[in-house]
Order: sequence, then structure tokens, then C-alpha cells
Amino acid sequence: MAMPESQAVRGPAKAPEFKVAMSEPDPKTGFRAFELGEFHFLRDEYFVHVSWPTKRGRLEHRISADAFLRALMRDVAWGFFYGWVNFDAMFGSRNLYGRVEFFAGRYHEAYHKAGLSYVEEFDSPFAMATCKAILRDWCNAGFDPFAAPEETGASWAGTKKGENIAAIERSRIATKRMPGLFGDSPLRDDLPVNRAFADVPQDEPVIEVEPGFEGRLHGFNLFKYLSRSDVTWNPSVTSVCRESLFCPTTEEYILPIIHGNDRVEWFVQLTDEIEWEVSDKETGRPRARVLMRAGDVASMPADIRHQGFATKRSMLLVWENARMDLPKLYETGQLKPYPVEF
Amino acid sequence: MGRYTTVTGSLDRFERGQLTIIDDDPKHYCYSNVFEVASKSKPYDKIAVARNLEYVIEAIRAEGTSDWLACNHDEFVVVMDGEVTVSFAEPGDAAPPQGKDGTQRLSGPPKGRKMGRIHLKRGHQALLPKGAAYQFSAPRPSVMIQQTILGDLTQQKWAEICTS
Repeated sequence: MAMPESQAVRGPAKAPEFKVAMSEPDPKTGFRAFELGEFHFLRDEYFVHVSWPTKRGRLEHRISADAFLRALMRDVAWGFFYGWVNFDAMFGSRNLYGRVEFFAGRYHEAYHKAGLSYVEEFDSPFAMATCKAILRDWCNAGFDPFAAPEETGASWAGTKKGENIAAIERSRIATKRMPGLFGDSPLRDDLPVNRAFADVPQDEPVIEVEPGFEGRLHGFNLFKYLSRSDVTWNPSVTSVCRESLFCPTTEEYILPIIHGNDRVEWFVQLTDEIEWEVSDKETGRPRARVLMRAGDVASMPADIRHQGFATKRSMLLVWENARMDLPKLYETGQLKPYPVEF
Repeated sequence: MGRYTTVTGSLDRFERGQLTIIDDDPKHYCYSNVFEVASKSKPYDKIAVARNLEYVIEAIRAEGTSDWLACNHDEFVVVMDGEVTVSFAEPGDAAPPQGKDGTQRLSGPPKGRKMGRIHLKRGHQALLPKGAAYQFSAPRPSVMIQQTILGDLTQQKWAEICTS
């Protein structure tokens, strides 16, 4: 039985191993409030209110609750991902690999210049426990922060109504070499084809193996595999060439985060189209727009942040270099932020 | 048929998007299109369309039969248009020298046992396993992308293929 893209590995939700700072449920909304260091998080019927200390007292920033939960879901599922996960122009996280920084206003040019930004660093497991506790409490029944809006509806809004632990306890399935190989991650043959990919052919490659070489040759229908993805904007590894990882994903609506790179990454548009807004990583000032159609290839330099928009669910190949020393090499200028010179 | 149509590209029909620069150097985005690159390539030329330090993605026009090739590490291909058959064999004495990265051309036909074949269509992905010799064949012009490491056969033509 194939598993949903990032299901499973975990069973029922466990109590956090760390002492997460949280309030009793609010008598009006039913939601708890949370603290992570000096950051305070409060949820009402429509918004998440994030506050932090400044020289002028605590500053509060409002994010639509669905946008906040979609972004937080990616932070949790990706283990804080590569580099910066901007929930919006104001708030987000930066992966220090083992430690994680949460920031508010730090990468918003005006707020930072005004001295109203705040950054605090945490051990990643502790921050992760807090993020998961927020997701558990704030995702209402029926709301899947991984799904496209058309699929999951507006159940995120309003007061607390149940929970959706199954949706938020997914974790990425690790691929060692290629899905479907013996001992490697599973294919998705038993999952339904997404409504947007009903026309994608489902045939598999024909593999003729000579006696004695069983298990040595392998192929699969990547487009079929992607057509059965049950999540959006969530890369999964489908081939490993040392540190070079093909991480295709299916994209619909808006990338719920603005991803700030700590290395160069590449996009190959496999089907349909996505438009990317590219801004400066430090200031947020716009630098480029990239409309990518099937077959288009573009790099995303190491000094930018980007957010994608896709009306029709599309297939995107995200290509990553997983070398662990890259953030330092780019940050210290030992590597230029763009991939090639010509 | 549902209400959605999935749009793919092909050698005969592809439509590039657009790179709009606001405040940057267009060269930093290395913006190209694999179908356009393959439409201007010779069969089995390996044109880098993406590079991340030593790692590359190559766009390949598959047409007719390729030389026998091999590699000291795993490689992968994804067919983007058309149909491609990959034949595999043990390289035997024709094996390329160890310690070199990237695709290498065999000095002659493989001397070892035949391992099998994989028939690929659009969207199919195949493993080109470390140490195996392989040969592509395509009955009509087709397009693949290959995940590998920069090697002697990789061609870098960034100024020709990228928007600048």
C-alpha cells in the first residue's frame, strides 16, 4: 500500500517532549495562545497575531490564520528547510541547521531601519515542538494546510472546531536513491490521481531485465507519481546523485512561504506554468519576475527570496544541492550568489 | 475528461515564459528552455541547462542511436518528449577509467553481458546505474534531461541558450 506523499511514518500525535509555553484555551475562541522565547502567538477567528519586543514596547503583526498555518506547516514538514522561510514580509524563520532563528521585521527594510525588528535563536527541536503544538491546536477539523484552497475549503476560519491531526502529522518520506527501488521510498500507485492531472498518462516504462540483473535496472513514471501527490508546494526527492537532489513537487495557488535561499537552487518547469516573484533576500525589494512554462529552466540565486503563483496545478522540478557547507560559503562570499558566469 | 488540461512541451510545440528584470542581471537567472535547446542541438549532445557547482542537468536531443556511455556514479534521465529506449550492458574491458565524474564515452562496444532495456515515454524516469554501460535509441527526435556531474562530454553554452 503506497502512502500519501508525506504521511505516515508517524502514528498518532504524541505529547510534546519539550515544555511548550501555552495558555489555557481562550473561553471565546477555544484556541490556546503560545510563546516561543519573546515571541507571542495568539489566534482569533481570522487572524494570527504575532508580537515581539521593541524599544517602543511590544509590536504586533497580523497574518491571516490560513496563510500562517500553511506556512507553519511547511516549516514543520521541511525541518525549517534550506535558509529562510518567510511567512510574509515581516515574520519567519532561518535555518541554522541544529539551531533556528525566528525573526520579525529583520528582513523588512523599513522596520529594520526603524529599529523595530527582533531576532531570537532556539534549539531546533524545542522550536519544532512549539510549532507542532500550534498546528495541533489551531488547525480545525477539515483544514489541511498542505492542500489547495479549492480542496480544503474555509474550515480554517472561525472558532475552534475539532482538529486535523492526520493532516499535520505528515513527515517527508526520505528517498535514498530513487522511489520504487528495493528498500527505498514507495511509489504512489494506490493513491488517487489529483483532479487537475486526470489527463496525465498512467503507463509505466517497460523494463526488460536479463536473467541475473533483477533489481539492477529501474524506471518509473515520474509524471504519474506527481499526478498522485496529495499535497502542494512540498518537494519530495525522486533521484539522488551524491548531493544533487531532484525534488519535484506539484504546485497550485500560492507558495505559502516566501523562500529565502541560502544556496543557489534551480527550477525546471515540467508541466503547465508558474509565475515567480523574486525579491532581494535582505531588503525585500523586487528584483525580477519569472514566468515559467513547460520546459523552462531558471536558477534562483543565493541572495534572493521568491514566491510562486500557479492557477492550474503544475509539476515543478526543484533541484537542490544538499552540501551542508554551502550557506557559509555563500554568506562569506567564497561563492558568488549566482551559478555560472558567461 | 475533466475540466483541466495539463500542458506539456515538445520539440514541435513549446512556448517559453518570460524573464522580467526589475533590478538585477538577467544572466543570474540562466533562463532557458530544454525544448528550445534540444531543437538546436545535435543528437546526443549534452548541453548543460542547469549547473550547481560540479552538478549539472543536461538537455539532450535523442535521435537515432547514441554511443555507448557509462559513469562512475548514478545518473538519471527523464524523458520530456517522445520515446527513448535505454539498453544496458556490463562494460567489461571497455569500462571507463575509475575516479572520473560525469558521463564518459566507452572506448568501444561493451564486452560484458547484456543487462536489459528500458522503454521510456514522456514523463518516465530511468536510473542509469553506476558502473553499467548504456546506450540510448530513439525512433524519432525526442528530448531528455539528465541528472549527472559535470564531465568531459558536458557542453556549456550559456551565452547561446540563456536570456541575457
